[in-house]
Amino acid sequence: MSVLIFIDAAEGQVKKSSLEALTYGAKISEQLGVAAEGVVLGNVTEDLAALGKYGVKKIHQVSNDALKNLDAQVYANVIAQVAQASGATVIVFSNSMDGKAIAPRLSARMKAGLVAGAVALPDTSNGFTVKKSVFSGKAFANISVATPVKIISLSPNAYKTVAGEGTAEVVAFSATVDTPKVKVTSVNKASGEVSLTEAEIVVSAGRGLKGPENWGMVEELAKLLHAATACSRPVADADWRPHNEHVGQTGFAIAPNLYIAIGISGAIQHLAGVNRSKVIVVINKDSEAPFFKAADYGIVGDAFEVVPKLIESIKKLKGVA
Amino acid sequence: MKILVCISKTPDTTAKIAFTDNNTKFDESGVQWIINPYDEWYALVRAIELKEADASTVIHLVTVAGADADPIIRKALALGGDEAIRVNANSHDSFYIASQIADVAKQGGYDLVLTGKETIDYKGSSIGGMVAELLDQPFISLAAKLELAGTKATLTREIEGGEEICEAELPLVVSAQKGMAEARIPNMRGIMAARTKPLKVVEPVAADSLTTVSGFDLPPAKAGVTLVDPENVDELVRFLHEEAKAI
Ligand SMILES: Cc1cc2nc3c(=O)[nH]c(=O)nc-3n(C[C@H](O)[C@H](O)[C@H](O)COP(=O)(O)OP(=O)(O)OC[C@H]3O[C@@H](n4cnc5c(N)ncnc54)[C@H](O)[C@@H]3O)c2cc1C
Ligand SMILES: Nc1ncnc2c1ncn2[C@@H]1O[C@H](COP(=O)(O)O)[C@@H](O)[C@H]1O
Repeated sequence: MSVLIFIDAAEGQVKKSSLEALTYGAKISEQLGVAAEGVVLGNVTEDLAALGKYGVKKIHQVSNDALKNLDAQVYANVIAQVAQASGATVIVFSNSMDGKAIAPRLSARMKAGLVAGAVALPDTSNGFTVKKSVFSGKAFANISVATPVKIISLSPNAYKTVAGEGTAEVVAFSATVDTPKVKVTSVNKASGEVSLTEAEIVVSAGRGLKGPENWGMVEELAKLLHAATACSRPVADADWRPHNEHVGQTGFAIAPNLYIAIGISGAIQHLAGVNRSKVIVVINKDSEAPFFKAADYGIVGDAFEVVPKLIESIKKLKGVA
Repeated sequence: MKILVCISKTPDTTAKIAFTDNNTKFDESGVQWIINPYDEWYALVRAIELKEADASTVIHLVTVAGADADPIIRKALALGGDEAIRVNANSHDSFYIASQIADVAKQGGYDLVLTGKETIDYKGSSIGGMVAELLDQPFISLAAKLELAGTKATLTREIEGGEEICEAELPLVVSAQKGMAEARIPNMRGIMAARTKPLKVVEPVAADSLTTVSGFDLPPAKAGVTLVDPENVDELVRFLHEEAKAI
């Protein structure tokens, strides 16, 4: 028996969300007293054996050119074969975009109950129950899974990566790989930038900044903190910022360690996407802005004065000129 | 071209979230139901646009819900669906719901099944993938664009840190998100027409439930905000560094 963890590394590099999934899956394997194993699809250049430091003992690698791009149908079929061979009773994904494409298919294929967006380890004291965030972060639901095989997709940033010692044995797995029916014709990636859903720190700004020309200080602050940038919906709608920065009910839901909101009022639909952040800092000139109610730290002040000072102060802390 | 759009109901975001029966049941009293925004704004409106481009297109709506979903289904018909099917069942298990939708889809023989990216209450992002698996069709998740030319679909889908353009042959299952269409509001003619459009109620087929909701917890209340003087930004940085250990 095993806990099988899907390692998302199709483009050669293992994603941070997968390291969280590995740590989380290894912890579940300890809980259940079974082995932790990983599965990687595609030709990965990274040193897979080194992933053993997150607690996996064995990694099944399926190399096949047909796995270069994600076709959920093909992927789910291959992962099901690996799961069967490794005797997986729990299969762990990250609830990333790829996880959202594959895990539901696998669930239907294996008739294995799926909890999408888990935020904590399963409670195995009485059955198998997994906590997830529901109602736009306003509550948690405990989902019980009674099927022999269980699938959990872990919410990004919900479980901290812990690296210890150890190497994993990497074994080639020969699977039946179907011909993909989805043909990828081009991939556009903003390289080098910190991905919004994986970022530890997010610096976000709203309509309070008046216009796109004023985002320089937001970007500077983000760069200094190795943070991703985000924005409120009207800002994306007005094309001040790209749509993939829009957070909230209709944009991305994120849960970074630190969320800095500048000139954002804190409407309920905005909070829906950010209220799982561990620490929230609000900078707004209106002391009545609703966002202060959801904040841990706040400054009532003009962003155009406060943000440059904040940049200077952080530079001092980090010792950069 | 036959399109099936999956419509779910969800509490209005401003609804008060409370639970009864020892935190095992969502308190529905006074809750205003809306069409899940992803289903309405993106999946349904894109289907309507495709029909506007090709008048022979037929749009069916499906929802798996009790009679309390009828008002939102009528609204979806008013926006532009041709007819609706309500599978009369209340469930929070994605596989059970997907099994019902897959059954409706099989009987109707659709070229395209559209779902929203996720329901904003339970956020499974699961129904589309499950339906696709049950129908043995390709699934394009989180699509921000969808164009059709004959039986070929060209889609833009979101991937980590970017997007990818892909092609697939119909039939196909697609989950829709922001970008796919612009939200619309129903007009008077649509509302009048919706009254006489068919809303078929069918009983569910036998299907397994793989999960159950065993209870809810409310998040711990925030301690309250610590305000820092705008003249003393260093203090905020100190808090973030020493107290919150966030930078
Ligand atoms: C169904 C639905 C879904 C929605 N989904 C989303 C969503 O996903 N994400 C989202 O963000 N919104 C969403 N909205 C919109 C949301 O309700 C708010 O309208 C939006 O979040 C407001 O954006 P904002 O805070 O940037 O702008 P505003 O509400 O205009 O707030 C600007 C803020 O900046 C402050 N300010 C002004 N000047 C300064 C200055 N010089 N220094 C400091 N502060 C200043 C003001 O005091 C004010 O609080 C949705 C709405 C609906 C109805
Ligand atoms: N009860 C339901 N009836 C019909 N469609 C549904 C239902 N629940 C979810 N869907 C569809 O599936 C999508 C994803 O839902 P979920 O997987 O629950 O997040 C939604 O946006 C809807 O399009």
